[in-house]
Amino acid sequence: MLQRTTSVPRTRARPGRVTLATLVLVAVLAVSAVLAAAVGQYPIPTGEVVPGVLRTLHLVPSDPAHLLADRVLTGVRLPRVALAVLVGAALAAAGTLMQAVFANPLADPSVVGVSSGAALGASFGVVSGIATVGTWTTPALAFGTGLATTLAVYLLSRSGGRTEVVTLVLTGIAVNAFAGAGIALMTFLADQQAREQIVFWQLGSVNGALWSEVLVALPVIAVGLAGSATLTRSLDLLALGERPARHLGVDVERLRVVAIVLVALLVGIGVAFTGIVAFVGLVVPHLMRMLIGPAHGPLLLTSTLGGGALVLVADTVARSLVPNADLPLGLLTSLVGGPFFFWLLRRTRRRSGGWA
Amino acid sequence: MTAAGSTVRAEGVTVELGGRTVLDAVSLRVEPGELVAVIGPNGAGKSTLLAALAGDVPLQAGSVRLGGLDVASSPPRDLARLRAVMPQDHTIAFPFPVADVVGMARAPWARTPHEDEDDDAVAAALAAAGVTHLADRPMPSLSGGERARVTFARALAQRTGTLLLDEPTASLDIGHQEDVLTESRRLADDGWTVVVVLHDLTLAAAYADRIALLADGRLVAVGEPDEVLTADRVSEVYGHPVVVVPDPLTGAALIVPDRRGRVRR
Repeated sequence: MLQRTTSVPRTRARPGRVTLATLVLVAVLAVSAVLAAAVGQYPIPTGEVVPGVLRTLHLVPSDPAHLLADRVLTGVRLPRVALAVLVGAALAAAGTLMQAVFANPLADPSVVGVSSGAALGASFGVVSGIATVGTWTTPALAFGTGLATTLAVYLLSRSGGRTEVVTLVLTGIAVNAFAGAGIALMTFLADQQAREQIVFWQLGSVNGALWSEVLVALPVIAVGLAGSATLTRSLDLLALGERPARHLGVDVERLRVVAIVLVALLVGIGVAFTGIVAFVGLVVPHLMRMLIGPAHGPLLLTSTLGGGALVLVADTVARSLVPNADLPLGLLTSLVGGPFFFWLLRRTRRRSGGWA
Repeated sequence: MTAAGSTVRAEGVTVELGGRTVLDAVSLRVEPGELVAVIGPNGAGKSTLLAALAGDVPLQAGSVRLGGLDVASSPPRDLARLRAVMPQDHTIAFPFPVADVVGMARAPWARTPHEDEDDDAVAAALAAAGVTHLADRPMPSLSGGERARVTFARALAQRTGTLLLDEPTASLDIGHQEDVLTESRRLADDGWTVVVVLHDLTLAAAYADRIALLADGRLVAVGEPDEVLTADRVSEVYGHPVVVVPDPLTGAALIVPDRRGRVRR
């Protein structure tokens, strides 16, 4: 009270760092997209990627010498690149939202069982045969069960406006077990072809991505991301706790409902097309928070870009690590994400002096 | 700070939590320009009364009005422009820097002409709470007392004219206790409405215009410090004998526990 102030540095989310991080991530995304499009069993020179796209779009005259390469590029590689980026962006954004709503940096769609819940709906679609009705059916089912799971986890794991780490992780175990049993039942009931489909799809992969899938995923994810972007300021306030957020004018009930629906939407669409790609929603927002701070506006932007880049790079590595073998993407993210989650858990525990 | 206080009016407020009546027909009216301290033993319902004034708990009976608004049925945004609340819990889920935490108080004024005051309000609040030097530090790296002062700064930065403070001095050293109450007193003198839950009876006696004494969820007494804080009443309500003596410097009441037979010599 006694000291006078002349000027106060206003550190609103370190704008310099945010701009820099955004530019770097956009560059990484662009470079890895070109590399991912070039790498594969039928190699395409990186210099031919952009001309190939232009030729296919008839922006430059087509060239018979490149016909096969251009078909591989635009028919196989690019939809895969697009789907990987979209799903990565969706999962990272969903992780950002979940961590904010649970007020817990360990919340992640795969850890708490939302991904498994969505997978249950999607595998039901495969087994019952109704998934063949149209590309929209599986995402719709995945969204439905994903939403139910998110709500269940949310209601089961909170007390007093916060979610303790133990409660969150244990709820995740319970929900994952329950959804796992459902998926096992679906696998058991399925015929051979559907069974294989479920097993491989559960491993998490963007193999065999189609433009038709990209065209379904794109608008849904765009809506999900746009919706998330409108919540960021309120999510900042929610970090103070529910009551303080309400004291600052946030309609907390409405915010929670909207965020949960958006999480289910983003996870459901991701799971429907690529199966369970775990830990992206945990790792990416966490790294971004370390880089640019916790403000949710910049965090959502950079996590979306970072998630897209991460899944794209992971998928490219997964399909080129072993010659002639397309390793499941989910295998790779879990291989990296598992130890990361453990490290985070230990660190959180050390910091808070217990399992708070 | 030019904000004007609102009249806070609780009428027959009854709150039940977990089947227990925590507040029983409490009526209290606080006018702009007044600093009212809410005191009482542990579990008397002080924080619940503040929560009821803030609109945090459902009322079984009675009503709370803030200026012209019914607190239970008004949108959070409208209330947030009329009153700021300082909670007892000063934790935050993510490591926001102090300046951002205090800046969050400006959220109710987004997209209003008051938005122009944002930087000024944050700077003034940081200075008033004596935490300007902490502006760039992440909130979780602060001590308990520092965090409490940042939360006090956040309440000030909202510039609402009405302050509801829940034990703002609980984790503060003696100097910062006095600072927080001096600032609250100054705001009340400027026309703000201030309701503050306090444990320290001497602080309450020194700074409050009126004191509301709660016991077992009921309002036992309300009035000027000298009327409410009699040795007999305090001894009875708190279950411990006290004496009330005048402060040799200011003449305000000092409440001193009778420690004869309990301490060395």
